[in-house]
Amino acid sequence: MILAFSASNVVVWIVWLAAAFACLGSAVAVISFTNPFYSALALIGNLGSLAVMYLLLSAEFVAAAQVLVYAGAVVVMFLFVIAYVGPRRETPWSGGPGWQTVGAVAAAGALLVEIVVVVGMQASGSLSHETKVGAEFGTPAWIGRIFLVDHLFAFEITSVVLLIAAMGGVILGSHTRRAT
Amino acid sequence: MLGPDVAWYVALSGVLFGIGALGVLIRRNTLVVLLSLELMLNAGNLSLIALSRHFHNGAGQIFALAVMAVAASEVCVGLGLVVALNRRNLSLDVDTLSELRG
Repeated sequence: MILAFSASNVVVWIVWLAAAFACLGSAVAVISFTNPFYSALALIGNLGSLAVMYLLLSAEFVAAAQVLVYAGAVVVMFLFVIAYVGPRRETPWSGGPGWQTVGAVAAAGALLVEIVVVVGMQASGSLSHETKVGAEFGTPAWIGRIFLVDHLFAFEITSVVLLIAAMGGVILGSHTRRAT
Repeated sequence: MLGPDVAWYVALSGVLFGIGALGVLIRRNTLVVLLSLELMLNAGNLSLIALSRHFHNGAGQIFALAVMAVAASEVCVGLGLVVALNRRNLSLDVDTLSELRG
């Protein structure tokens, strides 16, 4: 891989490395905090660093949606529920027999090795010939045109899925259902 | 494209997915398992958007937005279950939750 050492390229690399370290560090923090409240707060850092990645990939609309939908709505819902159920501390490596933990680490490690090997094999092939993108790529107007013209059916199905999930959440949380 | 190749983004997404999968496997608290699921969904999103940029195909970004909607639905139902479990004074430990019959 030949790197062009222009000034803007170096700046983009620095931003990418900072976002990548923030992303991985906050992901490890999510799964290793004993208090779920801190885990949810670490997830906000992860989502923010991923939004930076999306900006580097010229996907401005998805970056904005990421911050609004995930950090703004999903994590706040998590925080409300964690505050509602109260603090339940649990250390990451404590539960279950030892072979379960060993199996979990082995499964995650095998998955990781598999992904890295596949990406490494592809990196010299189809992943090395990138196409040029124009200035309009990823802008809200471009996304909206694709979303509401080419993928209108998927858009409508998504809204139906969200509606059904909201109804399910209301039914699960409603006070009228009594415990048997 | 300035900065790293698309392979770097996909590799980062793979590592992030591995961390999320590890969290799902080793944690016992239902809430933290849901948070780790979010990590895995976000790893998939990063991959989709990087390859959408690479192949100049907008469908990847549309799929990423659909994944966000599905993640919101999943959190809605999952947290509804957590609230229902908490109201019945059941444990939130995923190992003790062996049946969902209300």
